[in-house]
Amino acid sequence: MFELLGIPPQALFGQLLLGLINGSFYALLSLGLAVIFGMLNVINFAHGALYMVGAFVAWFLMQYAGIGYWGALVIAPVAVGLLGIVIEKTMLSRLYKLDHLYGLLLTFGIALILEGSFKHEFGVSGQAYPVPTALAGGTNLGFMFLPFYRGWVVLLSVVVCVATWYAIERTRLGSYLRAATENPRLVQAFGINVPVMITLTYGVGVALAGLAGVMAAPIYSVNPLMGSNLIIVVFAVVVIGGMGSIFGAVVSGYLLGLTEGLTKVFFPEASNIVVFIIMVVVLLLRPAGLFGRER
Amino acid sequence: MFKKALLAGVAASAMLAGSAMAAGISGDKVVIGVLTDLSGVYADVAGKGSVAAAEMAVADFGGTVAGKPIELISADHQNKADIGANIAREWVDAKGVDMMIDMTNSAVGLAVQGVGAEKGVVTINTGAASVRLTQKECSATGFHWIYDTYALAHVTPPTVIANGGDSWFLLTADYAFGHSLEADATSVITEMGGKVVGSVRHPFPSADLSSFLLQAQSSGAKVIGLANAGQDTINSVKQAAEFGIVAGGQKLVALLAFLSDIHSIGLDLGQGLNVTTGFYWDLDDQTRAFSKKFFDKFGKEPTMVQAAVYSGVLHYLKAVKDSGTDDGKTVAAKMKATPVQDDVIHNGKIGANGSVIHDMYLMEVKKPSESKGEWDLYKVVKTVPGDQAFQDPAKSGCPLVQ
Repeated sequence: MFELLGIPPQALFGQLLLGLINGSFYALLSLGLAVIFGMLNVINFAHGALYMVGAFVAWFLMQYAGIGYWGALVIAPVAVGLLGIVIEKTMLSRLYKLDHLYGLLLTFGIALILEGSFKHEFGVSGQAYPVPTALAGGTNLGFMFLPFYRGWVVLLSVVVCVATWYAIERTRLGSYLRAATENPRLVQAFGINVPVMITLTYGVGVALAGLAGVMAAPIYSVNPLMGSNLIIVVFAVVVIGGMGSIFGAVVSGYLLGLTEGLTKVFFPEASNIVVFIIMVVVLLLRPAGLFGRER
Repeated sequence: MFKKALLAGVAASAMLAGSAMAAGISGDKVVIGVLTDLSGVYADVAGKGSVAAAEMAVADFGGTVAGKPIELISADHQNKADIGANIAREWVDAKGVDMMIDMTNSAVGLAVQGVGAEKGVVTINTGAASVRLTQKECSATGFHWIYDTYALAHVTPPTVIANGGDSWFLLTADYAFGHSLEADATSVITEMGGKVVGSVRHPFPSADLSSFLLQAQSSGAKVIGLANAGQDTINSVKQAAEFGIVAGGQKLVALLAFLSDIHSIGLDLGQGLNVTTGFYWDLDDQTRAFSKKFFDKFGKEPTMVQAAVYSGVLHYLKAVKDSGTDDGKTVAAKMKATPVQDDVIHNGKIGANGSVIHDMYLMEVKKPSESKGEWDLYKVVKTVPGDQAFQDPAKSGCPLVQ
């Protein structure tokens, strides 16, 4: 049997599959960020915290209302989306006319407040959230043991990413949105309520983060720090894909998940920084990102 | 000229006053500083629970020592050695702190022990794991209370090897603590006739450890040793269960896991895991009595770090009372001369290098069916006497042991 750099192919396939699973989370989160940046021009630093809130909502539902994973998969993103709408309506909408930096500072502050409050209330060791019984266990693929739940994560994330891309790039509503980004006044003159559309876009963007949070809950422990650990990598993913490019965010999410998976085999110590090395290289060669357009 | 002489006189009398105070209690009070992680990854292992344990010890001692009041202050070192050292300096210089305790985090622990040595102030590490604290970098005023990486490596692995687990794969957190634990564990495993067939160093912190776990799985080792801590350990155990590693016949050993970690993992996923600890609430009547008081105050059972804070503060206050001063070096010498006996540590003795030598426990996490309550998590597999668990101070390389 052939070997690649001393690694048997079975192990390599296994690691690639794991990379794809992590890539699914990157893709879901960077998708939300790209939607928000593309449509609102806001760098949403609260994204990681809202991902964490999504996981906690799932945990609350199970703990206090007896609602399991499947219910949480619907309710938690809606709850996080509503929270996002409140944030947009009361604070973020006042900052659109100012520099990007203000939106970044505001959302960063919101992230710190959310994380701090959850840390104060629930500590840092995390809450246990079980894998739903329908997806417990796994199957042996020959080259690795695949837990059913991880397979489900990849599947769901692909479906959600494709659906979001389709909604924005191929539907009438999406075309309004894109037009409103280009020239809000003109679109408003055609009788379309642009502020409401922008609010809803932010709500949907952060709902995607909430969804990723619910999906992550059974894999990682539900923990106030889970978002801040992830958000920096996700930002790098968005930059590599091209700020605001939805297609770029999704594709680079999966690609970087795969690259990270490979690094964990060949040079594990570097697996945390490989994404940033790629970011530096991409920025040097293509400042607008792999799929971004120069403005 | 006259002015200068006057100034010199004032300075001299001030110095006299200063040295006169050193014989008794400086500043007419004893100030204890709990320097801990209040907001980061170790906040549940130590944190507010450590502050509560210190408060309990002060209250149990009666609130005063040698007729002077005891004051307790606390601060967050944010897991940064420079921040920890700066707080320690400010505490000693401006707030008259006489003893610093907790320091959970090896980098902070080493830095603060250095400050204590320089200023002649007692430092008691209860949370930092690195055995370096009592080796070459030991200090006359520095103590290491409940566990260290040497003890972690000498409690669990020998028993596991004796039971047939002779080939190991180590999953190591890629920083000072992990490296030191990996080195200690490797030397014990090899000494006992076992073999380390491989190891992988993962970045700290890592949310997804499945990739490293698969490498451990395919290595074919009988035992997978986790030389990491906190959230990394929690995720390792959860994900090992997810990928069917324990079900596949490999044994998982957490070289360092705290009660709060196991509580978070839960018994479903954690059952059968071996853990080393210096304290468990449900060991005997004394530990249960202490833990009940702690639980009533704090709402959780104490981790070994929090319990050690109680024991350390109490032992320090006894030494202050017996020696009639809060001068760091005098008190430290008295502490070393006195056996440690309280509800947490029943039969401890302190080596000249500052290492508290006491019984350690090899635990196994209970099955859900065996557990009677939320915190009924461990059963004792074996009690390892202090002399076997901890390094012999004479061999520690500490310059104070000659």
